[in-house]
Amino acid sequence: MNTFSFTRWYGIILKEFIQLKRDRLTFGMIIGIPVMQLLLFGFAINADPKNLPAAVLSQDNSPYARSFVRAMENSGYFRVVRQLDNEAQANELLAHGDVQFVATIPADFSRKLARGERPQLLLEADATDPSATNNAIGAMQQLAATALIRDLAGPLADQNPGPPPIDLRVHRRYNPEGITAYNIVPGLLGTILTMTMVLMTGLAMTRERERGTFENLLSTPARPFEVMTGKIVPYILIGLIQVTLIFLAARFVFGVPMKGNLLLLYSVVILFIAANLTLGITFSSVARNQLQAMQMTFFFFLPSILLSGFMFPFRGMPEWAQWLSNLLPLTHFLLLVRGIMLKGNELHELWPQIWPIVAFMLAVILIGLRFYKRTLD
Amino acid sequence: MTAVVAAPPDTNPDGTGGSAGQPPLVIDVHGLNKHFGDKHVVRDFSLQVRRGEIYGFLGPNGSGKTTSIRMLCGLLTPDSGSGTCLGHDVIRDTAAIKREIGYMTQRFSLWEDLTIRENLDFVARMYSMPERAATVQSALTELGLDSRQNQLAGSLSGGWKQRLALAACMLHKPKLLLLDEPTAGVDPKARREFWEELHGLAESGLSVLVSTHYMDEAERCHRLAYLAYGRLMATGTVDEVIHGQQLITYAVTGPDLSALSQRLRTTPGVGQITPFGNTIHVTGRNDAALVAALAVLGGDSRYQIERIDATLEDVFISLMNDATDNFQ
Repeated sequence: MNTFSFTRWYGIILKEFIQLKRDRLTFGMIIGIPVMQLLLFGFAINADPKNLPAAVLSQDNSPYARSFVRAMENSGYFRVVRQLDNEAQANELLAHGDVQFVATIPADFSRKLARGERPQLLLEADATDPSATNNAIGAMQQLAATALIRDLAGPLADQNPGPPPIDLRVHRRYNPEGITAYNIVPGLLGTILTMTMVLMTGLAMTRERERGTFENLLSTPARPFEVMTGKIVPYILIGLIQVTLIFLAARFVFGVPMKGNLLLLYSVVILFIAANLTLGITFSSVARNQLQAMQMTFFFFLPSILLSGFMFPFRGMPEWAQWLSNLLPLTHFLLLVRGIMLKGNELHELWPQIWPIVAFMLAVILIGLRFYKRTLD
Repeated sequence: MTAVVAAPPDTNPDGTGGSAGQPPLVIDVHGLNKHFGDKHVVRDFSLQVRRGEIYGFLGPNGSGKTTSIRMLCGLLTPDSGSGTCLGHDVIRDTAAIKREIGYMTQRFSLWEDLTIRENLDFVARMYSMPERAATVQSALTELGLDSRQNQLAGSLSGGWKQRLALAACMLHKPKLLLLDEPTAGVDPKARREFWEELHGLAESGLSVLVSTHYMDEAERCHRLAYLAYGRLMATGTVDEVIHGQQLITYAVTGPDLSALSQRLRTTPGVGQITPFGNTIHVTGRNDAALVAALAVLGGDSRYQIERIDATLEDVFISLMNDATDNFQ
C-alpha cells in the first residue's frame, strides 16, 4: 500500500510552489541574493586595488623626481592627490586615512642619482589593511628598478646594470610586519556585532507578532518608544560582552596593539551596536514573520561584509560601490576601530567616520517609527 | 423566504433610553466603520453599554466582532464614526482608554516562555502599578496558582490559560472588560466557573463586553448585540431579541425527520429548519403558512407537532439568513 505515489508527491511539490509564490519576500530573495552577489563579486570587488591615493613630499624639484612620480602614476597603483611641504602633513594625512601612501623624495635625490650613489626613496604606507597595500608596494619596488632606465640613458647608461638605481625604503606604518590579524580582528568585531545585533533584535519583535503576544503588548499603555528602546537595551549588554571577549582575544591571543583610548573605543562600539540594533528593530517592524526578518538581515549583512573593506580592500572598489559602502555603518566602524587601536586616533580625528553612523541610525529610527504598528491596521 | 425586514440595527431607544436612575454609559459609539483594503468589515456600528452590564456580542465567524472590539479598545482606528469608551474619545484618547480597560485576546497572548508569576509581574509593570508585588501575589492566590507560580505559562491547560489571561487583564482593576471569545476551547465546567466570576465582577460595578458563539453564554448576558456581515442586526435583552424577530416555531417529533426536513425546506412559508436530536424546529414568520406547510403530515399519528417559543439559536440563524439575503 505504501508504495511511492506520484499523485501525492506531485501534490506536495505543487503546495510548496504555491506557498513560495505567496511569500513575496522569500521569492524576491531567491532572485535578489544571487543577483546582488553577482554584481558585487563581478563588478565591485577587486582584490588588486589600484588608483590608491598617494601624496608626494618632494624635496628635490628635478626632472628625475618628476619623472619618477609620473612613473608611479603610470603604474596604475598610485593616484597622486597631494604635493606636500613637510613631514607633519604626511603624518596627518596618513593618520586620517586620507591617503594610503606618502612617497618622500629627498633633496639630494637627483644629485646622488647622477653620481650613482643610489639615493634613498621613502614610501610610507598605511598598512592597517595589508592586503590593500601589498600589491602597490610590490609595484613600487619594480619601479625603483626600472622607472628611470630611460632617464639614465646616454652618459649615465653605465648605471643600468647592477643593483636598482634607487634605494627604496618601505615603512609599513601602524602594522610594520604586515600582520593580517591586525586588520581581521577589528573587522571580525564589526561583522560579528552586525550579525548578532541585527538578527537578535530582528527576531525579537517578529516573535511577538508570530506568537500573538504583540496584540497584548499593544493593548497595554506601553508607548512605541518604550517598546523599541526597551527591547534594545538587553542586546546592547550582550553586544558589549561579545566585544570584550574579542578585545581580550585580540590583545592576548593575537597580540594586536592598542594604541588609542579604550574608553573611546567602547564609546564607538556602543554607537555601532545601537545603529545595528535600531536596524534590527526596524526590520522586525517591517517583516511579517521571523523568516522574513532573517532574510532581511542577510540582505543587509551580505553587502556589509563584502563592501565594508573587511574582506576586500575598500579602495579597490569602483566609485559607485564605494558610495554604497559609505552608507553602511560597518565601513565606518572598521575605520574607527583600526584608527583607535592601530593608529591611536583621537576623537577629533574620528568625526568623519562617526557622523555617518549617527545619520544612518537616525534615518533607520525614523523609518522604524513609521512602520512600528501601534495599532494593528 | 418571507422577507420580513430585520429589526433596525441602530440604537434601540427602549431599555437603553435615558430614564432616570439608569447607570451611566461606559461604551457609547455611533456609526463606526472599518475597511481592510476594499473589504468593508464593520458598517455603521453603534453600541451602548451601561455600567455593570454584561453585554454579549454574537455573530457568525468573520462578522466583524473582533474588529469592533479592537476599535473600542484603541487597537484599530475607525475609518469613520465617533463615540466614547469610558468617557474617552475612541479616536483621539486611545492611550487613556488602554489604561482603564482590560482586553483579553481571542488567542492566548501572554508569554508562554515566562512563568505565571513573571507574566503577571510584567503586565503589572506595563500599567505602572504602585503596589506591584502585593497585587501580583494576591492575584496568584485568588487564581489558586500560588503553588504553580513558577511554572511556564505555556505548560498550562486551556482552561488555566484562560483564567490566567483573565487575571492578567484584571490586574490593573479596569472599569471595562473586553473579552474576545474568552471561552473558546474551554470545557463546560471551566466555562461555568468563568461566567460565575464574570457575574460577580459585574455586580461589583465592572462592565463586560464579551463575544461568544455559545447560546448558553448568550443567555447569561444582560444584553446582546447580534452582528452579521459587519452590520448590527439586533440588540436588546435576550427576550427583546427573541420577540423582536416575531418568529413562530413548531417542534416536530417523529420518524424520518431528515426526509421530512428535505420536503419542508422547499415549502413556502417555512423559513428554516433546525434539527435538535429527535426533534426539528420548523420556523417561519407567518403562522398560517407554517400550519399549512405542516398539514402535509396530515393526521400521521407518529408525528407530534407542538408550537414552542423560538429559541435564541432559531433567532440567530434567522438573522444570519436575513443578513445573507440582504447583503451578499
